[in-house]
Amino acid sequence: MAMRAESLQTPISRRTFIAGSAGATLVMGLGVVLPGCSREQAASDIAADAMRRSFAPTVWFEVDSKGGVLVNIAKAEMGQHVGTALARVVADELGAAWEAVRIKHVDSDPKWGYMVTGGSWSVFTTFAMLSQAGAAGRTVLRDAGAALLDVSPEDCRVAMSKVSSGNKSVSFAEIVQRGDISRTFTDEELGAMPIKPASERQYIGKAAKALDVPEKATGEATYGLDVELPNMVYAQPLIPPTRYGSSIKSIDDTAAKDIRGYIRTLELSDPSDVLQGWAVVIAENYPGAMKAAEAVKVEWQPGPTAGVSEADLIKEGERLAANKATGVLVVDDGDVAAARASAAKTHSAVYRTSTALHFTLEPQNAVVEFADGKCHIHTGNQWQSLILPVLSKALGMPESDIVIHQYYLGGGFGRRLWGDQMIPAVLAARELGRPVKIVFQRDDDSRFDCCRSASVQKFDASFDADNKLTGIEHAAAAGWPTLAMAPGFLADGVDGNGKFDTFSISGGDHWYTLPNHRVRAINNALAQRTFLPGWLRAVGPGWVAWGVESFMDELAEIAGVDPIEFRLQRLDAAGKNAGKAPEAVGGATRLAAVLKDVRERSGWGRQLPAGEGMGVAVCHGQERTMPTWIACVAHVGVDKAAKRIKVHKLWQSIDCGTAVHPDGALAQAEGATLWGLSLALHEGATFENGQVRERNLDAYMPLRMSDVPDLDIKFMQSTEFPTGLGEPPLIPVPPAVGNAVYRASGIRVRNLPIRI
Amino acid sequence: MIEFELNGRAVTSESPADTPLLWVIRDELKLKGTKFGCGIAMCGACTVHIDGSATRACVTPVGSVSGRAVTTIEGLDSGAGRALKAAWIAEQVPQCGYCQSGQIMQAASLLANKPKPSDADINSAMNGNLCRCMAYTRIRKAIKAAASGGGA
Repeated sequence: MAMRAESLQTPISRRTFIAGSAGATLVMGLGVVLPGCSREQAASDIAADAMRRSFAPTVWFEVDSKGGVLVNIAKAEMGQHVGTALARVVADELGAAWEAVRIKHVDSDPKWGYMVTGGSWSVFTTFAMLSQAGAAGRTVLRDAGAALLDVSPEDCRVAMSKVSSGNKSVSFAEIVQRGDISRTFTDEELGAMPIKPASERQYIGKAAKALDVPEKATGEATYGLDVELPNMVYAQPLIPPTRYGSSIKSIDDTAAKDIRGYIRTLELSDPSDVLQGWAVVIAENYPGAMKAAEAVKVEWQPGPTAGVSEADLIKEGERLAANKATGVLVVDDGDVAAARASAAKTHSAVYRTSTALHFTLEPQNAVVEFADGKCHIHTGNQWQSLILPVLSKALGMPESDIVIHQYYLGGGFGRRLWGDQMIPAVLAARELGRPVKIVFQRDDDSRFDCCRSASVQKFDASFDADNKLTGIEHAAAAGWPTLAMAPGFLADGVDGNGKFDTFSISGGDHWYTLPNHRVRAINNALAQRTFLPGWLRAVGPGWVAWGVESFMDELAEIAGVDPIEFRLQRLDAAGKNAGKAPEAVGGATRLAAVLKDVRERSGWGRQLPAGEGMGVAVCHGQERTMPTWIACVAHVGVDKAAKRIKVHKLWQSIDCGTAVHPDGALAQAEGATLWGLSLALHEGATFENGQVRERNLDAYMPLRMSDVPDLDIKFMQSTEFPTGLGEPPLIPVPPAVGNAVYRASGIRVRNLPIRI
Repeated sequence: MIEFELNGRAVTSESPADTPLLWVIRDELKLKGTKFGCGIAMCGACTVHIDGSATRACVTPVGSVSGRAVTTIEGLDSGAGRALKAAWIAEQVPQCGYCQSGQIMQAASLLANKPKPSDADINSAMNGNLCRCMAYTRIRKAIKAAASGGGA
């Protein structure tokens, strides 16, 4: 797969790690030497306390003269306590006292490098860099501390914000005040920093309270929705009947004119073309804007997809998946055609998933102000580097004059990877010459969502005369988010037949050893034309695994083998499934290990009452290049007469390597597991007349407190390289539940959400 | 002009009587802890207490609270309220945190009526509060901890 987490890391060009004093603070970061400056000049500028003359530093962390450690966090906080995890990596290597550590979520200044929070990548993509940076900081402080103590650096140890030798010690605060702390390191030196062995870690993998929790338990945390600026007005969107191609024929605001606070209705013209046929109602207050939005009458010329239904989308997916000439090959091992031609037996099945909404509880919003020649946007966002060029086009302003100020996200789940809600606000603010706050009402938030595309997957398997599985052909058709929003990240197919969205097929390239295996990714162009497909938590694997792991159970039954045994037979870590260092040490053996673990813990195979059953599924997380090994068992009861499914318990065995912040990891696993259950049983939307019909909680019904089953989640003890966790535990839950439904009732369910 | 009590002090609103209390609290009286989620009283993010009872502020006209006592997360300082806030931290409940003001206000109302709630009591009292991060198991644990005097 070409979309690799590593590709999102800061590009390396003339970068140097710097440790220098800025004012009375030790600043450590990645300095890109500015054009026209030599490294020598840069080094002397550091010594002269003038480093901003020659560096545009990505400041990772700072130690002030009182010993306070500030870790700058360029990742969005949306519930994963990411700042806590990243700060603990730095603090552990630095040798800082945890009580002295604070975090700051930074704005979209280019100095922070490529900004994205998604893919469960945050720890995975920064762990090595932050470890090295922390170790470099420790080295600087140790050497400077040793000089102050008049001892050899080799005789010093660094811990709890102190450099000690024998019975002498000096604090970080004193070192920053009095020590020589200006240094540069080359990439090579940084890469060779002595990283602590796992046995010496103080914080990584150890219990901690998340830094963002207290203010979220008192109502004091500030989200984008909470921002106010002087003299601002409120904007309420008037959303067209189709995502694309609608135009406004007329606007009549007669009935709005008497509404308190109503100012005017603006028709928006958007050079970025994201908004097509949009208007916004402007008022002095939000209730006035809401009322006026109901009173203003807009007549639209709808776009060409105004008649599209969910059934149309599925039907097109079925047509595409059935046609072997469509799509792009992602996996092509062995010869599936030959296996099929010589098969003694074949089996085929089609799996479908419905449209699903992000439904972040904080509706989309943004506050925009033009000041000092810049456009300042206040909102919560996951992928600043993706939306900045779009905003630049919409405004005709250089990206460098647009600043996104970050706040807590009232839910991300992939919705806030795309910052399109900022566009109506920036256009309106410029037009009005006043700060504008846009707040979407729930119905509009759902209509404007970049929802998870409906999908269709077709599987064709072949067996030989000994009833042994010889091959699987797998086709998956859906709307592709990456094609719509980030086409530069599309990958090349293995057949040279074009590009595909790794985020809409990942999970098809699983770790089972199959002699003949072909996977075809197909774009559903009707979906693409009708709506904006989005990345929803767990993204491709979140629906691909529904088919892969349910079908695996169908094959196990045909083979007459226990579903866990059938999987283990194929998790032999042969060939490409052997894994590699550092992120996939052990390969498929680690997936086999979690599967055996969950088999034992769940009491797999025990006798259950009639109408109950257990089902299993596994996954490898978001990508083969960042495997998180998970096995899930579901225990369900099925009441056929009442057409009711009750999930009694879910077991998960998870190997994500090192869990940097174990309680944060568990919280993510709990939430993601229940997300999986919610998507399995509770969440499904349907397109009707070109837009989603289920727009609020009276029709779209995520899982609630009373729906929560017993959860038994175990993390495998590991000191391997940390992989992603925020999304992966979602992935195996729907197929584990579906497989359990089959065991309990004999009903093979192939559509999500599951209905019997 | 509508007069009522907000977190123990007298306040007035200049908004029309049919304005949802939520926006009066947030935008006019500048307390941002109470959140907007669905606008139809089905997510619970806007839960406040009116004369001690958990109420959805997004569908409550400000005119209807004239002369009454409104409490928001910022003013929740009853014994149970303090215990809940402490338990929310001890159990590390919040993920994104956006729904938690409403969850805590709803839970405080539950504990005021049932100091030792059963699982069924928790289900029926809390089912109207959506947690999109699905931190439900910790919400349940924290309510029980607060009820048993833990978490403080």
